[in-house]
Amino acid sequence: MLQSMSYNAAGKHDFIAFKLAEQDFCIDIGLVREIRGWTPATVVPHAPDYIKGVINLRGAVVAVVDLSARLGFGPSTPTQRHVVIITLHQGRVVGLLADLVSDIVSADEMQMQPVPDLAADPAREFITGMITFEDGRILRKIDLAQLMPTPQEVPV
Amino acid sequence: MAVPDDFREMFFVECGELLESLANGLREMEEPGYDKETVHAVFRAAHSIKGGAAAFALTALVTFAHRFETALDQIRSDRLLPDARVMAVMHRCSDCLADLVGAARQEDEPNTAQMTALLDELDRLSGEDKTGFGFVPLALDLSPPVPASGLVIRFAPQPDLYLSGNDPLALIHALRRLGPAEVALDASAVPLLEDWTADECHLRWTVTLTGNIAPEVIATVFEFVEDCCEIGISPLSADSLPAAEEPASFTPVPILLAVESAGDPADETAIAEPASGPGPQAARAVAAEAGATIRVNLDRVDRLMNMIGELVIKEAMLSQVIDTVGLSDNLDVAAGLDGIRQLADEIQDSVMAIRAQPLKLVFQRMHRILREASEATAKPARLITLGEQTEVDKTMIERLVDPLTHMIRNSVDHGLEDEVTRQRRGKPAQGTVTLSAAHRSGRVQIEVSDDGGGIDRGRVREIAESRGLIAPGTVLTPTEIDQLLFLPGFSSKQEVSAISGRGVGLDVVRREIMALGGRIMIHSVEGQGSTFSIALPLTLAVLEGMLIQLCDQTMVLPITSVQETLRPAPSALHGIGQAGRVVANRGDLIPIIDLGCIFGLRDQRASLDDGVLIVVETDSQRRAALHVDGIVDQRQVVIKSLEENYGRVAGVSAATILGDGKIALIIDPEEIVLSCAGDAGLVPRVLSANG
Repeated sequence: MLQSMSYNAAGKHDFIAFKLAEQDFCIDIGLVREIRGWTPATVVPHAPDYIKGVINLRGAVVAVVDLSARLGFGPSTPTQRHVVIITLHQGRVVGLLADLVSDIVSADEMQMQPVPDLAADPAREFITGMITFEDGRILRKIDLAQLMPTPQEVPV
Repeated sequence: MAVPDDFREMFFVECGELLESLANGLREMEEPGYDKETVHAVFRAAHSIKGGAAAFALTALVTFAHRFETALDQIRSDRLLPDARVMAVMHRCSDCLADLVGAARQEDEPNTAQMTALLDELDRLSGEDKTGFGFVPLALDLSPPVPASGLVIRFAPQPDLYLSGNDPLALIHALRRLGPAEVALDASAVPLLEDWTADECHLRWTVTLTGNIAPEVIATVFEFVEDCCEIGISPLSADSLPAAEEPASFTPVPILLAVESAGDPADETAIAEPASGPGPQAARAVAAEAGATIRVNLDRVDRLMNMIGELVIKEAMLSQVIDTVGLSDNLDVAAGLDGIRQLADEIQDSVMAIRAQPLKLVFQRMHRILREASEATAKPARLITLGEQTEVDKTMIERLVDPLTHMIRNSVDHGLEDEVTRQRRGKPAQGTVTLSAAHRSGRVQIEVSDDGGGIDRGRVREIAESRGLIAPGTVLTPTEIDQLLFLPGFSSKQEVSAISGRGVGLDVVRREIMALGGRIMIHSVEGQGSTFSIALPLTLAVLEGMLIQLCDQTMVLPITSVQETLRPAPSALHGIGQAGRVVANRGDLIPIIDLGCIFGLRDQRASLDDGVLIVVETDSQRRAALHVDGIVDQRQVVIKSLEENYGRVAGVSAATILGDGKIALIIDPEEIVLSCAGDAGLVPRVLSANG
């Protein structure tokens, strides 16, 4: 498994870019297993509000994180046009609900910038870096480790 | 290519099997009129362990196995009588050997004290000097004389020989070291290149050895490859022909089989032994039995299981689609679909059968547990096992070891009386613990029974009262008193004993059994003994469930905990205070739990006019009526882990995938009822004292 960063042939990093509430985000392509359309999920009792539920991924039970709710944009009402990005991180398979996947982009170290110091925005803790492009576009890079609930958050 | 670590692991896996057959054989030897072949099998097991250990330079193991093997050889050659005293030592040797193998596997220091003590005892038994034994290469003059002045060995390797890393050249070299040899290759069976497949063997060799060599010596050369090649040994005679002119196929000459079954002649202490024992037929039968199994990684079976789960789901989806497009009336389509469904069911059953393993694997280990417990408590005891062929899921086998170990110890320590008491009661001095297993109405029933004194209910009650587990003067039925044994913190022995009083009681056993989806019950007759029965589901992978509707969700309730379903008359419903509701059912008041509220699917309690009440009973005998919107179906569901990718959810034990591909959560009634016990109140029966 690719742990942190995957390089393409040109020595750049590849990212999957997706849209969420009119903002562009991205995630390292090495963490992404597949992208599928939204299918209704089974509600998990006592789950945090950003857990949309669990879906059947070829026989495995996979939780879907509503990125919009997690990043503080408010819960989304998924339709068939929404996508679930299936990721594998630290041995756990997690689905991320996004509005739409826009692109696969390559970026090198020069384009990466740290996140500017902002007031405490809920999105701030899940974004680990910014990728800038010459045309002015900005991608916000998401940190998977922070997205899932910690064991304390899941009531036992 | 396999790395050395793999070989090492392979050796230990094999050791496990050898140790098992060794312990088995020793037990058989205690039966009157045992088969001589049993002794040979035991001897061979010890010898193979020694051989493997030497390859990995496990010195302690080699030394001990060697000494053990020597003693076994004395039994084999009737120089040592296997009486009870000798067999006791042999059993302890087998235990010690298992410990040494375990230590070597963990790369721990072997327990030399235990080993030295046993070695001394072995010496005393055999009355021989230790220095007389060492690794002496096989001396030819110890072998029985053979009339022929030479031998013709025909040797045809099979693919397994190469797969197991053996080299025919090395074998031929070994033969040549025995005497002047003529080697001829028969390549006539080699096909044309276009018909040739790389993993088939077409070469045969004929080695003509001259000199006075016993066929047994030849057998030792092929000792480790005898299963994976054809070998024929015949005395050299004038009309022996070179291999190239031999017929393409030949059958092994009986003499070798006889030699094989007579044991392993490699041992330097072996005296001349007639090649008797079971005939070639028997030897072949044994070989066939051993060859009929393969070792498969459990992951592969699990993957297969998962895919079949998928197949079942896809099949259900397909039939739904066919329904919606209105093709279900078409007879051909319906017949085809039925065929697929039947096949899928059969495949599912077959794969589950692969996962099933005989309980023998656990039962065998219990003999040692009993032996140790019997020694530690100085109560002579024997273990009888029945129905060891009963099969249960592999995972279950592993998780049964601890509870059964504890129960066997408990039976010896607390169940059986001491020798004096037994004699006074007119029972045989040796106590009997019976471990039995059988399939009973879709479940596996395991029983541990002893012929001891039975449960002294007066004392149990006294102890429970003194520990504050029950209020003094509580009215209890005998069964309820027996149940007290399962309470945490209950130990009926005054002093903590080394055997079963390790601060864990039967409550731990019950928890383990419940975790496996089983139940445990006690049946005891004072003066005659007690029986603990465990009822287990056949598999952990599938569960018989009741599909229920709850708001817009479908959930699954394990059928084992469901007692009945009710649509109560309004007169049977009673409110208690602001929140409590109970239903009167045949004289019992059962608290009602609204599942929708418990799972946070609705904020307001649903009206009891709608929906159904499902009465569940937990393993701790608590009852509750779960209020659900409706019952959809009853069917077998494949259990899927929720924790693997998400985490634990309160009140939910696992998940499953329904026919439409959606996930349904499997409810854990035990947890639901326990979590509600505080506010719902009215928990019947005495066990509430345990809260």
